[in-house]
Amino acid sequence: MPHPQVSIPLFPPILARALKVMPLAPLSLSLTAYSRKIAKTHPGLFRRLGEFDHTRFVLDPTDLPFVICLDPNGGVPRVTLLRGRGEGAARISGPFAALIGLVHGAYDGDALFFSRDLVIEGDTGAALALRNAVDDAELDLAQEIASISGPLARPLQHLIAFAERRTGVCLSRPEEAEAW
Amino acid sequence: MVMEIVCPAGTPASLRAAVKAGAHTIYCGFNDETNARNFPGLNFDRGEMRDGIAFAHARGSQVLIAINTFPRAGDEALWHRAVADAESCGADAVILADPGLLDYAARNHPGLRRHLSVQAAAANADIINYYAKTFDVKRVVLPRVLSVAEIAAINAEIEVETEVFVFGGLCVMAEGRCSLSSYATGLSPNMNGVCSPASHVEYHEDKGVLDARLGGYTIHRVEKDEPAPYPTLCKGCFSAQDQTGHLFEDPVSLNAEQLIPQLQKAGVTALKIEGRQRSRSYVTQVVRNFRAAVDALEAGQPMPEGMLARLSEGQAMTTGAYKKTWR
Repeated sequence: MPHPQVSIPLFPPILARALKVMPLAPLSLSLTAYSRKIAKTHPGLFRRLGEFDHTRFVLDPTDLPFVICLDPNGGVPRVTLLRGRGEGAARISGPFAALIGLVHGAYDGDALFFSRDLVIEGDTGAALALRNAVDDAELDLAQEIASISGPLARPLQHLIAFAERRTGVCLSRPEEAEAW
Repeated sequence: MVMEIVCPAGTPASLRAAVKAGAHTIYCGFNDETNARNFPGLNFDRGEMRDGIAFAHARGSQVLIAINTFPRAGDEALWHRAVADAESCGADAVILADPGLLDYAARNHPGLRRHLSVQAAAANADIINYYAKTFDVKRVVLPRVLSVAEIAAINAEIEVETEVFVFGGLCVMAEGRCSLSSYATGLSPNMNGVCSPASHVEYHEDKGVLDARLGGYTIHRVEKDEPAPYPTLCKGCFSAQDQTGHLFEDPVSLNAEQLIPQLQKAGVTALKIEGRQRSRSYVTQVVRNFRAAVDALEAGQPMPEGMLARLSEGQAMTTGAYKKTWR
């Protein structure tokens, strides 16, 4: 039988180069505040991490010039962006579109592993727990951003929808209409 | 009558996705050693199970709870409590494998419908009739060792319903009796609910070559751009006597979608999808695909061509034992 490949869009190289000079500390602080808001609205995500709720994860978007270190910290998470490889108990690497698509439930983690779009290193149990916890949380990062953007929420949602259409990257949670 | 699609759910979100995608029935398990998919971050606590069942029932779907590992002597209380909780949560049936647990459930929870798990490896009419007569089992999940003709022959000699796997990962052909994982890790799906437990799996990628190790043993190595299999010994690639190959089985997934009409003619009641460890994206895609197939069958239309290869282990598929061309 033919084996159709999952087509994962890559982050535009020109934008990735621009990100090389971006200061990471302010972005880390913003992402930490954002993740703590998500922690409040989705406490089940951290419960589901179980024994790994104090494990440091390194998320490595391979088409971006930084890694994302996530410390769940028992439900008070901290996000740190770093240049270089970063250190953590478990590392999940893949294109940015694959990682954010997993968060939104657009892709299946095992399928991305079979196709080699996703690489897991370090503590496989921790990586599995994070993947399952995130999949269960039914996150919509665009919606979460909009909810803290006040009057900018609507134009921001339009901008995100436009970016989704142009790039093919799943930046929000797909609709789950009842099929039957 | 429409064939029943029995769909996996490893999390409450997957259960909801399955119901929305059109699953008639969802099977899932508690977050402990009582079910054969006891992986980190998966499964349901009691409250989640109760809520999930209520969600499914409100939309006309049923929920089965798999309590299909084999209780350890002296620790039976964990399994007994799971059966009691399944009943109080409102499960439509429990899926059991161990004769002792079947006996316990039949005596103490006679109103709770019992299905025989694939882990019991009941592969002939005599043993199925024994389980039906002794423990009042209403349905048997057949092991993946039978051809369609053999399933038809069994159905002609039994009174209970049969459920067969139509999609997902394949096990070696000794379900419930496979100890391969135990050799490398000390833990098995039968006793601990984990085949190749994640805590014993390590991956190393160097210059595109991916090594998978289980319990410290390298069990396969795939080159750059080659599909990766699950890190199970049965899918391992070994070298012996100057030959290298998959000693037990190839890393491929079962897909019996095109055999659904024949399975219906063989008397099969329900079609089971493997994959409680998979995501809600998988659940949605596979359920929609199979629901469309059984509805097409009911309407007298040809089976639609599925698009499931990319969800398959090794990105390759087989009809497994249903067409025993290898025998």
